[in-house]
Amino acid sequence: MVTEQDVSNAVVELLRKTVVKLPKDVEDALRKAYASETDEVPKMQLKAIVDNIDMAIKGNTPMCQDTGVTIFYAYLPKDCKVDVEKGIVEGVRKATKEVPLRPNAVHPITRKNPGDNVGEKMPYINWRIHDKDYIEITVMTKGAGSENMSQLSMLTPSQGLKGIKEFVLNAVLRAGSNPCPPTILGVGIGGSSDIAMKLAKEALLRPINQRHKDPEIAKLETELLEAINMLGIGPMGLGGKTTCLGLNIEYAYCHTASLPVGLNVQCWAGRHGTVRIMPNGKTAYPSHEG
Amino acid sequence: MPKKIKTPLSEADARALKAGETVYMDGIVLTGRDEVHIHALEYLEKGKKIPVEFKGAALFHCGPIMKKVGDKWVAVAAGPTTSSRMNSLEPGFIEKFRPGAIIGKGGMSQPTVDAMKKFGCIYLAFTGGAAVLAAKGIKSVEGVEWFELGMPEAIWILNCDNFGPLTVAIDAHGNSLFADVNVKIKENEKKARAKLGLS
Repeated sequence: MVTEQDVSNAVVELLRKTVVKLPKDVEDALRKAYASETDEVPKMQLKAIVDNIDMAIKGNTPMCQDTGVTIFYAYLPKDCKVDVEKGIVEGVRKATKEVPLRPNAVHPITRKNPGDNVGEKMPYINWRIHDKDYIEITVMTKGAGSENMSQLSMLTPSQGLKGIKEFVLNAVLRAGSNPCPPTILGVGIGGSSDIAMKLAKEALLRPINQRHKDPEIAKLETELLEAINMLGIGPMGLGGKTTCLGLNIEYAYCHTASLPVGLNVQCWAGRHGTVRIMPNGKTAYPSHEG
Repeated sequence: MPKKIKTPLSEADARALKAGETVYMDGIVLTGRDEVHIHALEYLEKGKKIPVEFKGAALFHCGPIMKKVGDKWVAVAAGPTTSSRMNSLEPGFIEKFRPGAIIGKGGMSQPTVDAMKKFGCIYLAFTGGAAVLAAKGIKSVEGVEWFELGMPEAIWILNCDNFGPLTVAIDAHGNSLFADVNVKIKENEKKARAKLGLS
């Protein structure tokens, strides 16, 4: 029987792995970018990044001081009996102390910091039920520098594909050096205002070297990425070839009178991780194997 | 060879550096972001005592992760935060407190570039997210002030040794690497728009 304690222990370990080591697709993209830059300034920025990746792993230390706020995606078996929410909240509390994570979560108006990353609706958990016998928990530790550059636009249907391209390009230009480029971009098209933003964030969970299964969407992903990398914003906005490491799109059907588009901006440290908790309490971390 | 600089910085020290140079820093570095700027300016206005000396200081836009080991604080991860959040506060801060250097990421807007030119201050860019590399340059944590603002917003007094690499991104002569890049981006934007079939 899986207990709340099992969940919280798994979440502590999940958070530790997530803030210390990047998913392989992101790390590979950064190393490739470092190899491809030729000018001194962008090369030095990327060297600092890849050196930092190695140092974080070696020291089992968070790679960035901004360990974000914790956004969870929990998939439960149909007959789940354990209080997964309590386990996640307790896990965040413990991880804040033990990893450690920076206490980032504050009251939105008073700015009071409880010091443990737990408060009203934080950690935020997206719930789903799946057809498996294990609990699967994914976490995204999202820093504020990049999240602050995220945007929503309620386009009119007549603005169409051009409007979507215009929106993404303008948002990247406006973000400029602020979101710690080279960035990863998640684009959510359709649904409704909230769904477009949710899809934009979830798009960041797909490996950046994996294109959308719909060939038209896949083509748009590639086209937007190539155009953005023509801008020359470069690593940290100091100029260079690499402005964006990857761009993923997710879409949903929407109202005939609407065209919502959401953009979620992720810094180079695109941290997310997944744990599976088996019925016997054993854990596996498919995002951080090897 | 990258230059070495040591805090506190005199106005002449700051003016001797040129945009595009790489430097490493020794000496005391003070962290300060949104709340420190707001508080310091408020304290000054009310005539209340500020617990640190900002004159000639290196002010680091950073909210670190600190860990208490025994009775001492240790910097775990200490990369820069987005400097543009302080755009509206920095010109006033530079005028009133005269720091020698601001360390951050992403650059700052024209009024700050102007204040740096007028009062002799530089902006040093540290690679965003490279927080373990930054912590390596922090020899010890000498103390903390305004801790009640929370760990990310407090003033951490850091004793640094070979802290860097830092890129002089805005110098005290009105030059900004970010402004130079922006000129190129404007040009490149046309090509990107053409690729996307946008007019």
